Amino acid sequence: MSTETLTIARALNLGLRKAMEDDAKVVLMGEDIGRLGGVFRITDGLQKDFGEARVVDTPLAEAGIVGTAVGLAMRGYRPVCEIQFDGFVFPACNQIVTQVARMHARSKGRLPMPIVIRIPFGGGIGAVEHHSESPEAYFAHTAGLKVVAVSNPADAYWGIQQAIASPDPIVFLEPKRRYWEKADVDLDAIPGPLFASRVVRGGDDVTVLAYGPMVKTALQAAEAAAGEGRSLEVFDLRSVSPLDLDPVMASVRRTGRCVVVHEAPTSLGLGAEIAARITESCFHSLEAPVLRVGGYDTPYPPSRLEEEYLPDLDRVLDAVDRAMEF
Amino acid sequence: MTASPRTTEVVDPVPGAAAPHLPPASGQCTVQLLTPEGDRVEHPEYSLDIDADELRGLYRDMALVRRWDAEATALQRQGELGIWASLLGQEAAQVGAGRALAESDTAFPTYREHGVAWTRGVDPLHVMSLYRGVDNGGWDPVATRFSPYTIVIGAQCLHATGYAMGVQRDGAEQAVLAFLGDGATSQGEVNEAMIWAASFSAPVVFFCQNNQYAISVPLERQSRVPLYQRAAGFGFPGVRVDGNDVLAVLAVTRAALQAAREGQGPTFIEAFTYRMGAHTTSDDPTRYRLASELEEWKLRDPIARLKAHLSRGGLADAGFFDAVEAEADELAARIRSGTVGMPDPAPTEMFDHVHAEQTPYLAAQREDFVAYSASFGEGVER
Repeated sequence: MSTETLTIARALNLGLRKAMEDDAKVVLMGEDIGRLGGVFRITDGLQKDFGEARVVDTPLAEAGIVGTAVGLAMRGYRPVCEIQFDGFVFPACNQIVTQVARMHARSKGRLPMPIVIRIPFGGGIGAVEHHSESPEAYFAHTAGLKVVAVSNPADAYWGIQQAIASPDPIVFLEPKRRYWEKADVDLDAIPGPLFASRVVRGGDDVTVLAYGPMVKTALQAAEAAAGEGRSLEVFDLRSVSPLDLDPVMASVRRTGRCVVVHEAPTSLGLGAEIAARITESCFHSLEAPVLRVGGYDTPYPPSRLEEEYLPDLDRVLDAVDRAMEF
Repeated sequence: MTASPRTTEVVDPVPGAAAPHLPPASGQCTVQLLTPEGDRVEHPEYSLDIDADELRGLYRDMALVRRWDAEATALQRQGELGIWASLLGQEAAQVGAGRALAESDTAFPTYREHGVAWTRGVDPLHVMSLYRGVDNGGWDPVATRFSPYTIVIGAQCLHATGYAMGVQRDGAEQAVLAFLGDGATSQGEVNEAMIWAASFSAPVVFFCQNNQYAISVPLERQSRVPLYQRAAGFGFPGVRVDGNDVLAVLAVTRAALQAAREGQGPTFIEAFTYRMGAHTTSDDPTRYRLASELEEWKLRDPIARLKAHLSRGGLADAGFFDAVEAEADELAARIRSGTVGMPDPAPTEMFDHVHAEQTPYLAAQREDFVAYSASFGEGVER
């Protein structure tokens, strides 16, 4: 058995390498991903080993990256697009929403779009504007797209390979502030399904849901709550669209309380959809309304304020308190 | 305080009224092999060796496509189509470009390329189904090498370029033909596509039908330079061809596609033409252009000029023209009966093909829909 201690960044790099070795049709495209290895070094060394035709330093135009990926997919390739930062995905949104998401349906299944759009997302790195966004709800709202968000090195390693192997287009969200956090990854493991949620800490009092960078925050909150005698059950949703809520609902029926955590603005965020679905299915089991902990409905603030904006351990615990006291 | 110097913006008081974009019937910069009067002329760079059979074939293509187009407009007026985007006047541009394609080349159309669809062997009814609202186009884009119609202006130019990058990676001797209109040249994505194509020397040809109007807005609002000159800025050749001259379009497009196949990279072709009908059946062109302009373009009709050439050269007799007309009537009848008799899709079809692997939640929505429909007593086909 081969187990390695990897950062999320390194796990992604190894996962991409493995996917490229397994399938010669995998082509990486993005800004600065070749010689530089990407601004976060996720593609470090790949152009050197796989050549410029498979690791493409593209012109600086995001619509071009995604739009040409559509054509490559039509030709039988499996493009993996890197969007350098979350805030730069918006120029590509026309191609993502009107073309990538719909081509399979438009062509009655004759033109599959096995495209992965990798986006480092979320805040907490002290960056300037447009480098800390959480755009997942836009994509989750778009029929035809699937959206996953990884939170740990093992999911990064397996998830990127599963996303590339998927016949459907996937927006693959990487928690940029957690890129350098380490964990052991069993490189020979048989990975679980990509679009499944997972319990990452068992508990009885409140069900706490998170994905991407907020999973660690939720786990920290659970640890702190345990010191106060409260037992939180923490889920890593892993897949933002489709949502795998059956296990979550089973948990909520037991705890009667649920808190959803994400960095994205609260209004019409994933938490709103999740609260609605849980209420529809678990109404008679709920002891309190499903509560949301998210970013405020403001533009992502200048970095000196981001600690006030981002959900943290205390805001999660505050919501837990409110759920318990309801 | 001194006033800073400023440039004066040139504003057309009545856009299009002066029609400054109207070209001379022929000119040094426009490739022409057949004059509006039907006379064959030579061009120093583009020659065309074509026999009488092929000439008659081009005539037949254009005549049939025009008949299809007329029938579709009529069907829309009668409520059988939701809308129709007419190609009237652009038959030579589309048939010439379509016939320039080799079997293994691939075309990426807008939503008006019915003439190209015809040359690719697409069943007209598979185009009619789109405009009837039955589907988004029924043809097989892989088998026909004719991509689905793209309605977002210019988006397909990036797809064509990406596809061409795939052709390069496969080491295939194939070319890709991207269709666009004059309005599309203002789109960022079209410009990105041309940057990409140039940077990677992709085997793609951009075929721009400059039909003079983006719905109502004349070319002057899109560009202050002739469109074909834009190519120079991207670093590849730009050619203006008389878009109503099917022979010139065929010759120029063939040469550009061959250059692409040989690894010489992209070409931009501006097919200078005119949309003789409305933008779509929802449009009223009398609000933005003069009748005299249309009359002037009627003198350059693409089909009439080839007919004149065939007749005067003794390349086709009355029997041929009668036969084409009879075939056109048959085609129109088939299109009419096929369109009118086209069944609505099963309501559950909207759930199909959203994903290659359907999600449980969408499957549940579909089941709910079926149960809800069944609650009215009739049920729907599952």
